[in-house]
Amino acid sequence: MSGSVAAGAVPAVRVSGVRKAFPVKGGGETVALEEIDLTIERGEFISLIGPSGCGKSTLLRVVGDLVAPSAGSVEVNGKPAARARLDRDYGMVFQAPVLFDWRSVEANVRLPLEIQGVGGSERDARVREMLELVELGGFAKHYPHQLSGGMQQRVAIARALAFQPALLLMDEPFGALDEMTRERLNAEVLRVWARTGTTVIFVTHSIPEAVFLSTRVVVMSARPGRISDVIPIDLPQPRDEETRETDRYYELVTEVREALRAHHGPAAGSVASLERARAEGGIG
Amino acid sequence: MSAPPPGDAPFPPGVDVAEADDPTAAADVEARADALATGSDRGAEAVVGRWSSPGGRLLRTALALVAFFAVVAVLWEAFKWLAGDPWRLEGILGTSLSYEHFPPFRVLQATDLQLPHLWSIAEALAAPVQRSQETSLFTYLVGAAAYTLAEALIGFLLGSAIGIALASVFVHSRLAERALLPYVIASQTIPIVALAPIIVVSFGRGLTSVVIISTYLTFFPVTIAMVRGLRSPDPRALELMRSYAASRWAIYRKVRLPASIPYLFTALKIAAAASVVGAIIGEAPGGVKEGLGRALVNFNQQYITGPEKLWGTILVAALAGISFYVVVRIVEVLVLRDRGRQEA
Repeated sequence: MSGSVAAGAVPAVRVSGVRKAFPVKGGGETVALEEIDLTIERGEFISLIGPSGCGKSTLLRVVGDLVAPSAGSVEVNGKPAARARLDRDYGMVFQAPVLFDWRSVEANVRLPLEIQGVGGSERDARVREMLELVELGGFAKHYPHQLSGGMQQRVAIARALAFQPALLLMDEPFGALDEMTRERLNAEVLRVWARTGTTVIFVTHSIPEAVFLSTRVVVMSARPGRISDVIPIDLPQPRDEETRETDRYYELVTEVREALRAHHGPAAGSVASLERARAEGGIG
Repeated sequence: MSAPPPGDAPFPPGVDVAEADDPTAAADVEARADALATGSDRGAEAVVGRWSSPGGRLLRTALALVAFFAVVAVLWEAFKWLAGDPWRLEGILGTSLSYEHFPPFRVLQATDLQLPHLWSIAEALAAPVQRSQETSLFTYLVGAAAYTLAEALIGFLLGSAIGIALASVFVHSRLAERALLPYVIASQTIPIVALAPIIVVSFGRGLTSVVIISTYLTFFPVTIAMVRGLRSPDPRALELMRSYAASRWAIYRKVRLPASIPYLFTALKIAAAASVVGAIIGEAPGGVKEGLGRALVNFNQQYITGPEKLWGTILVAALAGISFYVVVRIVEVLVLRDRGRQEA
């Protein structure tokens, strides 16, 4: 899985000239995104990284047609984003699992299929397959409150994949988990990505996470949110725990950190503190 | 698993802890955390399970009610012991012994006419309603309570349905909410005792008026709670539904409605009690003879000759309201049994 596709194929995502401004009370506006151009090939794993307020979550939402851009256009698989949403091309995973506490694990994963109108044995089979994929086959009948945070997030991933979406949008899905759980889930996401061939856009505050997962890391800067750098990650696939100990991995981590620092001064180098200092409002 | 020595290669922030010799160690840790999470859930169940399981929740409700009645009974008799009328018990257990009690104080509100002894009320409940009849007062009152509860149930069901419908409209239409909500609130500022005769004049004496009054008291708490409940889902849950291209109806049915159920039950418990009050209040002007309302009016008029009868009726009316409440509570616990821990 190299992420590059034969020239001429329709890209998974094409963002051109996107600008997003939010009106501010008392007149004026806050510009969250400015001049965003980004093309993502099918099967790529793209991380969006940047300080709080750089608009990376907004960009994710614009791509997912949850927020309309003020200018510019988004095409997904050659279709406008709104069309892609209606065609159910998206899977979404948020920082919180957002599971429904009145539904069992399997019923949570089944929800998107119920809405899509997939019925009967096909639906049940798909649910079982997705739960196996995230290694929660034995927890189908459990309720969310009986699971750990990491397990809940895996249910959310299984649910996002239930449609077999062309594009998986993940908004800091592991930001609230401890480091060890996060690393384990990173490996799991890579495995799922390799098996399903889904294109992934992944918002994160963590440099190591971005480097470990991605085929390309998109570095953003704040006020207004812009893409300041795109760093290809040429670590070989498949990646595992040993990848994290290679020299190339450290070089890339350093490269991403320097790209972040270049645009935000020395303070922005400590992304770990940024992770905690998440005071994000409408922009994120 | 050891932390890397300081000054080692440029470790990315935050990963040092997990940097282990064994690549599967991290996976093991999470696996263990998972096992702990489910295990401790069961462990916790053993400690607090009695209270968090459905049976435990109901037991807690039952104990709270029993404790409440016990406290009221103790206070009641303590007040009479201190400040009531003197009394005398003769021939205890067939012996010639007798016991007399002279309360140290005298307070008008504690006299036998104002506040009969609990055993006098019990005696009155066991005695025939009228000298010529066989049915006891208790049997008569239970029949009256059943009648009133039936009226209240209709009012409760209608009121809840109206409340749910109004709230569902409000949540989907700001315009409707702004146009109608002020009237919903204003409706509750009119005293029901003032409104009841007008309703009876409009709809005639009989069951219809009683049910309308009961409905009127029920729909309000349900409306308000349901508006909150239907708005309670996490905004991200709604984004998720949007990403599924879910219709408004699907969002309502799959997310808003289930999310509102805990709120609904909070309101239904209030509404259960209110519907009984509404039915009792409506019975007098409504001219319904079979219910508790008429019994209350009758025994109120006979108070001087038999205060215990009125108190007995009040007791049965309270028990009727509580039993309705308890039924709603049982349904609540059963319906919500699979959700996480939540307040009773």
